[in-house]
Amino acid sequence: MKLQLSDEDIAFRDEMRTFFTTQIPQDIRDTVAARRELSKDQIVRSMQAMNAAGIAVPNWPVEWGGKDWTPLQRHIWHEEMQLAGVMPPLAFNASMVGPVIAAFGSQEVKERFLPKTANLDIWWSQGFSEPDAGSDLASLRTTAVREGDEYVVNGQKTWTTLGQYGDWIFTLVRTDPDVKKQAGISFLLIDMTSPGLTVRPIELIDGGHEVNEVFFDDVRVPVENLVGEENKGWDYAKFLLGNERVGVAPVGSTKRTLAQAKEYAKTAGPGGTSLLDDPLVAAQIVDLENDLLALELTALRVVANSADGKPHPASSVLKLQGTVLQQAVTELWVDLAGPNALATGAGDGSDVPDLARVATTNYLNYRKASIYGGSNEVQRQIIAGTILGLRG
Amino acid sequence: MDFTLDSEQTALRDAVRGLLGKAYGSSETRREVTKTDPGWDEKTWQRLAEMGALGLPFAEEDGGFGAGPVEVSVVAEEIGRVIAPEPYVEAVVLAGGLVAAAGTAEQRAEIIGALAEGTLVPAFAHTEAQGRYGQRAYAVTASHDGDAWTLSGVKEPVLGGARADLLVVSADVDGATALFLVQPDAAGLTRTSYSTFDGGRAAHVAFDATPATPLGEAGADQSAVIAQAVAAAQIAYGHEALGAMAFALETTTEYLKSRKQFGVPLMTFQALTFRAADMYVSLELARSTVTWATLVLLDGDADATIEAASRAKLQVSKAGRHIGQEAIQLHGGIGMTAEYSVGHYTSRLTAIDHALGDGRHHLGALSATLDDHEVLEPLP
Repeated sequence: MKLQLSDEDIAFRDEMRTFFTTQIPQDIRDTVAARRELSKDQIVRSMQAMNAAGIAVPNWPVEWGGKDWTPLQRHIWHEEMQLAGVMPPLAFNASMVGPVIAAFGSQEVKERFLPKTANLDIWWSQGFSEPDAGSDLASLRTTAVREGDEYVVNGQKTWTTLGQYGDWIFTLVRTDPDVKKQAGISFLLIDMTSPGLTVRPIELIDGGHEVNEVFFDDVRVPVENLVGEENKGWDYAKFLLGNERVGVAPVGSTKRTLAQAKEYAKTAGPGGTSLLDDPLVAAQIVDLENDLLALELTALRVVANSADGKPHPASSVLKLQGTVLQQAVTELWVDLAGPNALATGAGDGSDVPDLARVATTNYLNYRKASIYGGSNEVQRQIIAGTILGLRG
Repeated sequence: MDFTLDSEQTALRDAVRGLLGKAYGSSETRREVTKTDPGWDEKTWQRLAEMGALGLPFAEEDGGFGAGPVEVSVVAEEIGRVIAPEPYVEAVVLAGGLVAAAGTAEQRAEIIGALAEGTLVPAFAHTEAQGRYGQRAYAVTASHDGDAWTLSGVKEPVLGGARADLLVVSADVDGATALFLVQPDAAGLTRTSYSTFDGGRAAHVAFDATPATPLGEAGADQSAVIAQAVAAAQIAYGHEALGAMAFALETTTEYLKSRKQFGVPLMTFQALTFRAADMYVSLELARSTVTWATLVLLDGDADATIEAASRAKLQVSKAGRHIGQEAIQLHGGIGMTAEYSVGHYTSRLTAIDHALGDGRHHLGALSATLDDHEVLEPLP
């Protein structure tokens, strides 16, 4: 046992820190620090800056732009970017469809899509969830019927995050309705400009437009857009959802947001006094810092000791506790903002600090975190079933 | 960075687990042992000594085995798994640690070797009925006539205070807190033993002009030494708690699999299995922080160790309460009985929580450091 990083890893950390604090355009980092929404252009420029340096998709195979990094180095990469206020590479491209195409796509599909996916020249949307297939994803009903060299797709996807920016959508579609539900699903890539495809916005409780419904009405898709084999899509989806061990818990960004909250608290008391002098506020922040420390150390245990490729059992804790703390810090922000938390619509000329104005919209927005990517109830089910062997 | 045991440490764990598994294979044995004074088994203590477990944290020139905090943590965790009542953390890590840190070469040679051999069991008499947690002594004062020192006042509750072959006592010397050694047959020493709720023993220890020998430099303030030894003991207690929590969760999990109600196993009910999953989350988070604190201690920075010990103790306090309470609740009525094991684990976790600072105490201590850092950086 030892605490120290190796000299090599320290050098790596310094390299990443320097890159993320100097090579990502400042307007992007400022927007993240202000807890405001990034524009499409900012997200694209941020990922392209990383891709230009060859570090946008380190989790991919090396021949497609990946890095031969250790899990610990990937963890450091991910933490340093968040601490610097840099948005991680667009997950739909970098963590989801990219690895699936790299692992299961034909050579032609790889060549056609992977370079543009790494550089965010193609913006991918995710077409998994449906109105009647949420946590029970395998019960999805969108169909793809083969007609000659095409599939004809009909149905509806929902919760499509940033689908309004999407160029292409990777979907799970039912290609065989007569077998066990998991066995009749295929992984299909669809051009979002195809006739019959409609994107409709869903307004959320924070007033924002982050997710969408996507409708497919006789959308014709060339068969070469199938990834891997027909009816093997469920395996690819499980690979996509299960192969990520790094960055499952948003530790770095939550640390940064908590540090900002602490700084804000120093002048947020009556008459500009420090709220940190309020023992209840101090205790709440200490408790959050301590819980976040435990989470970060758990993430480090997972990456430091899973080199043999097998997932560390404690990794299941990361998504669950990671989102609990992410949400707790957004809640702290609302408490610290106090009456100013109401001033979400304030504009020029307002006396309310900008970070107080965005506190509540962020709080409401991040209620999503314990729902997406396998709800926290699904995570508890996995821990109870897979780790503890409690199978109802 | 590495959070795993090496092969020697794994061998140590297996050996200690074997020894303690034999000694406390059934929770009935522990109940029997804790019924009579001193509340633990002298033979098991001797076997731990023969294995080398009692000398692990001490330098070889003092009569120890020159191992470190990781090896100590391995033993403490195994103690916790069977909630062995032997005073490993109290006698070896805390009282022994004070002698090793503050004692003269002569004192160390005399005491550490005997402690490692199992022939001398010391106790740290520090807690006072109105002292709460901290490094200062108030109720016991030291005075001297030339080189001859005497102590007066009361320490209570002193864990293992009546059985101890040697008392390490903290005492006030003009506002400073100094350390002294008191022999069990010293004049004016009265020790009254009673049971603690977890099967242990504590004592009311009264000093009435009791002759005492300064530990280390006479009359010097030893608060900093006490703080370091206490931090090491807090971290070791964290490992003892990890062992106990892990066992409590395993037992609860087994019970949910085997116990049937309404004609089906309890694990059929998601209301129960989700709570077991949350216990696992608490356990793993505590394991991460406690293991990290051990490595901070190994690293050797005094201030960092004190803060890390507080962080570990806070996490363990929360986890211990959560897991201990839920272990009983998920068992139902059987968990309330003295005959069944799980309630004793909850009891022991409660004792560990309130020894050397509970969660609330450490939350307060850490609040004072809140403005020292922008973000916490766990790695040096």
